Amino acid sequence: MLAMDYRGPKRVRVTQKPMPEIKHPEDAIVRVTRSCICGSDLHLYNGNVPDTRVGTTFGHEFVGVVEEVGSEVTKLKVGDHVLVPFNIACGRCHFCKQGLFGNCHESNPMATAVGGIFGYSHTAGGFHGGQAEYVRVPYANVSPTVIPEGMDIEDAVMLTDVVPTGYQAAEMAGIQPGDTVVVFGAGPVGIMAAKCAWLFGAGRVISIDHVEYRLEFVRNYAQCEAYNFRDMEDPVVFIKKTTDWMGADVVIDAVGAEAAGNTMQTITGRKTLLQAGSATALHWAINSVKKGGIVSIVGVYGPTDNLVPIGNVLNKGLTIRANQASVKRLLPRLIEHVQNGIINPKALITHRIPLEEVADGYRLFSAKLDNCIKPVLIPPSARM
Amino acid sequence: MENLRKDFSHIKGWGIDADPQNDPTYPMKPHRTDAEQSGYSWERPTLQPVDVEILHSIERPNISAVFGTASPPSGLSGMIRRFAFRYSENSYLHWLPLILADRVNVVEGVIDDFKNGHVPNIFAEKGYKAEWKHDKIGLITKFAVAAAVVAGVVILLSNKDEDDDDYDQLNAYDDLDRYDAYDS
Repeated sequence: MLAMDYRGPKRVRVTQKPMPEIKHPEDAIVRVTRSCICGSDLHLYNGNVPDTRVGTTFGHEFVGVVEEVGSEVTKLKVGDHVLVPFNIACGRCHFCKQGLFGNCHESNPMATAVGGIFGYSHTAGGFHGGQAEYVRVPYANVSPTVIPEGMDIEDAVMLTDVVPTGYQAAEMAGIQPGDTVVVFGAGPVGIMAAKCAWLFGAGRVISIDHVEYRLEFVRNYAQCEAYNFRDMEDPVVFIKKTTDWMGADVVIDAVGAEAAGNTMQTITGRKTLLQAGSATALHWAINSVKKGGIVSIVGVYGPTDNLVPIGNVLNKGLTIRANQASVKRLLPRLIEHVQNGIINPKALITHRIPLEEVADGYRLFSAKLDNCIKPVLIPPSARM
Repeated sequence: MENLRKDFSHIKGWGIDADPQNDPTYPMKPHRTDAEQSGYSWERPTLQPVDVEILHSIERPNISAVFGTASPPSGLSGMIRRFAFRYSENSYLHWLPLILADRVNVVEGVIDDFKNGHVPNIFAEKGYKAEWKHDKIGLITKFAVAAAVVAGVVILLSNKDEDDDDYDQLNAYDDLDRYDAYDS
């Protein structure tokens, strides 16, 4: 089968790889019909996530058709078209029982801070991802969900990560009716966080980024204010001024480790990896929220050196209110929102790229070329 | 909230998920269960057979019930990774060797390609076709800068060689002086 193949920082290709096999009685094999390149894949692509081994396949956002099931799979059958949340969750450890499916303790032997994630380095369990024609899906009884009849598979693929992560960013922020919400980052997750802030009753939503076409997109999609921090002397002072010198009630960090905007952070965090990525957005979030305010983090930070292990704060879901989205918990509500037309996820998709051109897709997305917001990969077997 | 709803009537779904009880400025942890107090004791899922080498964090007593088998450790990078997994996730000695191993692994990948008779197409793997299509000037600038840096390094090194020649020459004069001294 064809699959994306990581060869080193900023180098990927498509190669022939062996078909995935059932390795556990609760496994399923899924034939991928759509997969995405996620903003957090770019951390892997740029070589910023430790234990990203050559030869692995990325991709934690995918939908597909069940081709084979293990002997203990009861909730899926061959032929089901499923959306597969990016978290691999057993459903029975202490953390899964609390709804913390992003923190499962039975899906990743390599690290305890983060649960298993498809195609997200060996630090997240060493699983091959969905940027391929076929993928092994463990714990098939737990998270994979049959796509509801009538739902577009391109809406469904966005429900595997982008939409739940943006939604959970707003949910974790505890937005109270009328609150001013600032979202750093107008990538797909930031756009969705801005959109969902309204669903929790925000009174004002402000998006901050430095790429004009993304600002234009979020302005239209999320009906919010959008500003370019390159035009500001200091984004923190800008937010203080625009909130009558109080600061925002809520600030969402939807950027993570590859933030632009601060030279020292860029050198120490992104280029030399001396800390867990550039923490520029996090600094701005903490400094621009009002006293007693809430900072919600969904931006991904690496696990290496930093003043605080902020990546682990995110991955462990500590009470700063940061976490990987627990997709399974949120899916019923989000499916309802999509079906009722409250959220239109596939509108974020700007590029549909054949899987064979995955290297160009990564370059397009990472270099922000051709007004790219969200690229979707289509395997040859899904084009027939 | 009712007044606010009127102000935002143009936003479909405004306030639909508002929950005044969700105020995380107070400690909260829903679904806390007694089971949580009993430690690492849940009924574990069936264990996946271990048929490749799996390195596991020393912050847990075992391997998780399922795991990926994408790229088992091998070669020099594998040796470095095994070293890294002797230390906890709390240690620099865990993460920094893993980053080093990743870089070594890239070189191993290129060697493997050649061993298998495959010459990696770096231009294609880096997706430069897309950059050429959408940002020709940027790509040309990038290559021009890279070429200038390489040229600069080459000139610097060749100057260094000339300096060495000068130094050799000086030594020769020095020897001559010494010779003269002996002569006198």
